[in-house]
Amino acid sequence: MGNQTDFERIEKAARTRQIILKTVTYLLLGIWAVMVLFPFYWMILTSVKSYSVYNSEYIPSFFTLSPTLQNYADAFTAVPLARYFLNTLVFTLVTTAVMLAVITLAAFAFSRLEFRGKNLVFTLFLALMMIPTELVIITNYATITSWGLRNSFPGLILPSVTSVFYIYLLRENFAQIPDELYYAAKVDGTSDLKYLLRVMIPICRPTLITVTILKVIECWNSYVWPRLITDDASYFLVSNGIQEIRENGFGRENIPAMMAAVVVISVPLIVLFLIFRRKVMEGVSRGGTKG
Amino acid sequence: MKVVLQNVTKKFPSRSKKAPEDVIAVNDFTFEIPDGQLIGLLGPSGCGKSTTLNLISGLQKPTSGRIFFDTNDVTDLPPENRGVGLVFQNYALYPHLTVRKNIMFPLQNFKGEAKLTKEVMEEKVLEAARLVQIDGLMERKPSELSGGQQQRVAIARALVKMPSVLLLDEPLSNLDARLRLQTREELRRIQQETKITTIFVTHDQEEAMSISDMIIVMSAGVVQQIGPPQQVYDDPVNLFVAKFLGTPPINVFEGEVREGKLYIGQEAVLQVPGAADQPVTVGIRPEGFVLREDGPLSCNLSRVEVMGRDISVVSTHPLCQNTAIRSIISAENQHSVGGPMVRFALKPAKVFLFRKDSGERIRFEVD
Amino acid sequence: MEQNNYKGWLYLLPAIAFLGVFMVYPLVDVFVYSFEEGYNSASQTFFGTGLYNYAYVLHDPYFLQAVKNTLILVAITVPVSTGLALLISVGLSSIQKLKDLFQTVYFLPYVTNTLAVGLVFMILFKKTPYTDGLVNLIIGLFGGKSIDFIDGPYWAKMFVLCFYTVWVVMPFKILILTSALASVNQDYYNAARVDGTSKLRIFGRITLPMISPMIFYLVITGFIGAFKAYSDAVAIFGTNLNAAEMNTIVGYVYDMLYGDSGGYPSYASAAAIILFAIVLTITCINLMISKRSVHY
Repeated sequence: MGNQTDFERIEKAARTRQIILKTVTYLLLGIWAVMVLFPFYWMILTSVKSYSVYNSEYIPSFFTLSPTLQNYADAFTAVPLARYFLNTLVFTLVTTAVMLAVITLAAFAFSRLEFRGKNLVFTLFLALMMIPTELVIITNYATITSWGLRNSFPGLILPSVTSVFYIYLLRENFAQIPDELYYAAKVDGTSDLKYLLRVMIPICRPTLITVTILKVIECWNSYVWPRLITDDASYFLVSNGIQEIRENGFGRENIPAMMAAVVVISVPLIVLFLIFRRKVMEGVSRGGTKG
Repeated sequence: MKVVLQNVTKKFPSRSKKAPEDVIAVNDFTFEIPDGQLIGLLGPSGCGKSTTLNLISGLQKPTSGRIFFDTNDVTDLPPENRGVGLVFQNYALYPHLTVRKNIMFPLQNFKGEAKLTKEVMEEKVLEAARLVQIDGLMERKPSELSGGQQQRVAIARALVKMPSVLLLDEPLSNLDARLRLQTREELRRIQQETKITTIFVTHDQEEAMSISDMIIVMSAGVVQQIGPPQQVYDDPVNLFVAKFLGTPPINVFEGEVREGKLYIGQEAVLQVPGAADQPVTVGIRPEGFVLREDGPLSCNLSRVEVMGRDISVVSTHPLCQNTAIRSIISAENQHSVGGPMVRFALKPAKVFLFRKDSGERIRFEVD
Repeated sequence: MEQNNYKGWLYLLPAIAFLGVFMVYPLVDVFVYSFEEGYNSASQTFFGTGLYNYAYVLHDPYFLQAVKNTLILVAITVPVSTGLALLISVGLSSIQKLKDLFQTVYFLPYVTNTLAVGLVFMILFKKTPYTDGLVNLIIGLFGGKSIDFIDGPYWAKMFVLCFYTVWVVMPFKILILTSALASVNQDYYNAARVDGTSKLRIFGRITLPMISPMIFYLVITGFIGAFKAYSDAVAIFGTNLNAAEMNTIVGYVYDMLYGDSGGYPSYASAAAIILFAIVLTITCINLMISKRSVHY
């Protein structure tokens, strides 16, 4: 151990290092935050610039003094944006609701009921988790086409109302509920279905909410399947709508109007996220993948 | 190395919105820990023991006050420059490293001139491992060790760099009762062999008393008393210390001093020359009772427990705060104990008087 | 417990029906398709069976282009996004002020429509007669020459694609790594600090090994995800990816199925099976490596 002046030197060096490290950290985090936010800022900014202003700016300005909402009006009148919106809403709600029903029933059977072949079927289910959608989408396309369900809601919805992964997630959660509750309910003469609705679903609400959130995000952003199965614009979802707007809408160069449409499409999920921030992030870290 | 704390205070910002005042974990500590001793930092949970340890290690900084190692002021020195060894309550062994690599870890941090060669490191690791008797388990991972073995590895890891001060946070609390007895003897042996100033935190008074050179009794962020275990036990400064030390615990009565005599109820049980007249709280150690048929203190007998060398007489008294009075009587003195009542005389050195308001000790002359 | 056989199956019926029709049957069917030569989707007839579809796909320059693009995309985005996410998560866990705000901001790309924001990226990078685009102006500021990132040289386009892909996958990685870092017991860090361990060594010898299972998880899911890249490319370059030389394997599958060159489910099936084989192989290799280097 050195003397007191030595100590002071060490203390000072440690403090300087601390400050430098803090600064670098905040700088790095700040840069990434700008990277993330900038596209959003740019899309909002562009959406309130008028068409003529936008096109006369060779060097785009970072703000505008004369914001206009004309582009938003155009977005809803020149292209059937409201229609896309409504389609997506219906698609998202129906898909999510049907899926919740299907997976809840399946998870209940796997966790609570006893029947011959249960373990075998469950193993088969787990094996299906490894199958990527890309592999089965070809036949599904053929199936839906042959059923004459192209350009219809059933055609859009039916292939995505089950998820083996969510069944698995929910079953694990159901299985944690102590058996005693079930026996107690049985003794009281509660039927299986009633037990599921009155006891298991309320207890496992957090998991169901997680699944709902993930499915809503997935539905709202789904692009590939709707693109395959719809070519009639009156059944387009927002993703396809955007693609359509980009290629045929507004006259190709009306960027501000396109951005207005993009803002409108992005807002619902962002608002939903900001309201249920914790739930969403918790849910995604438990059961989500993307990337 | 001598460790000195001077008026050290540590406050934490309050987390609850209802009570926005700061939480004072450590309040104005001043004490000096002599070089080469084993010190027990003792108190009920939440009294600021662990905070004190963290202040000495440098993991937390005091809000005010200074900390010295010998004569060097280390208050603002970061932990990595203090050269202390720290053993955590849950051991904090790196789960992905073997015992050998865990113990070697601190040595690999030395830089510049202090840097050690591989051979020297190996040697030091083996030496530390031998000291705590785990040299046969060097290639195991922590998950393959028992609790006691993990504890030894943790101590070896703290000792291997020859720290100036060794700090242990509740070192025995995660061990089962038998292992705890064994390990505390071990701790004593290691400390005596290495002569490193060692401070350990515990809430178990028996543990602290049995191996420490000195104990520091804390309560609610305030140091109550410092001294050798026997002295603190024999001469507590206040009711808290008297109650906290000793098994079975001290028996506490409501009493009153009148004209140099201590009254419990209507019975004058002891001469207490020098104590002023006032209502008092009386503490009587279990070994302070003497069975005598004409003894001044009469209690209702509950039962007698034979423990071999001693017997324990369990009785009740309306003015006793304990649910049962426990008195330890040498088995040779066992007079016939029978009937509904039992009468005791008291040993003056084992009777302590405390002020009713503050719990402070009231002294009287003992011949 | 009593065996109420029929009841269990009844509860499972919807799930089994949907999975059977839309997963198990297609799974068999895709192999059948892939071996049926000269399948005509209109008349539902074919000439014979064999490996011709695979041979065709493997010799199709568009497919080879797609494989090349996908491999470059995987090789760049997986390490870059994982490394960057690690850096940001470590920074994020070391601060207190503004932490919630940063976390919320970083998560935003996860909840946005890939197609929609891709359009914004396109505008930022695109060069038009009216304007060079913001990115080019910034390049010009530093004295560089402007490039058309959207319709220009191959590497410029690949750069935009990788950039956007990283931007899209970061939220999930940051989220997972931040919670992995938060779950490391603080005592390990305290123990290391008391022993005088430098920040860098703490990171390399303690933090990394402790969160290594999560890193491997991210690498594996990252590989799988990047191999299936498609919508990101569409978002930036439009639906005609072959023309832009920016197609991916999945894009090729869809184009074969239904696009300007569509109507060939057999080729699509063969390509999809090749993709699945690649992904499976890479995942197995990843798992083997992770078994060897994750310590506990």
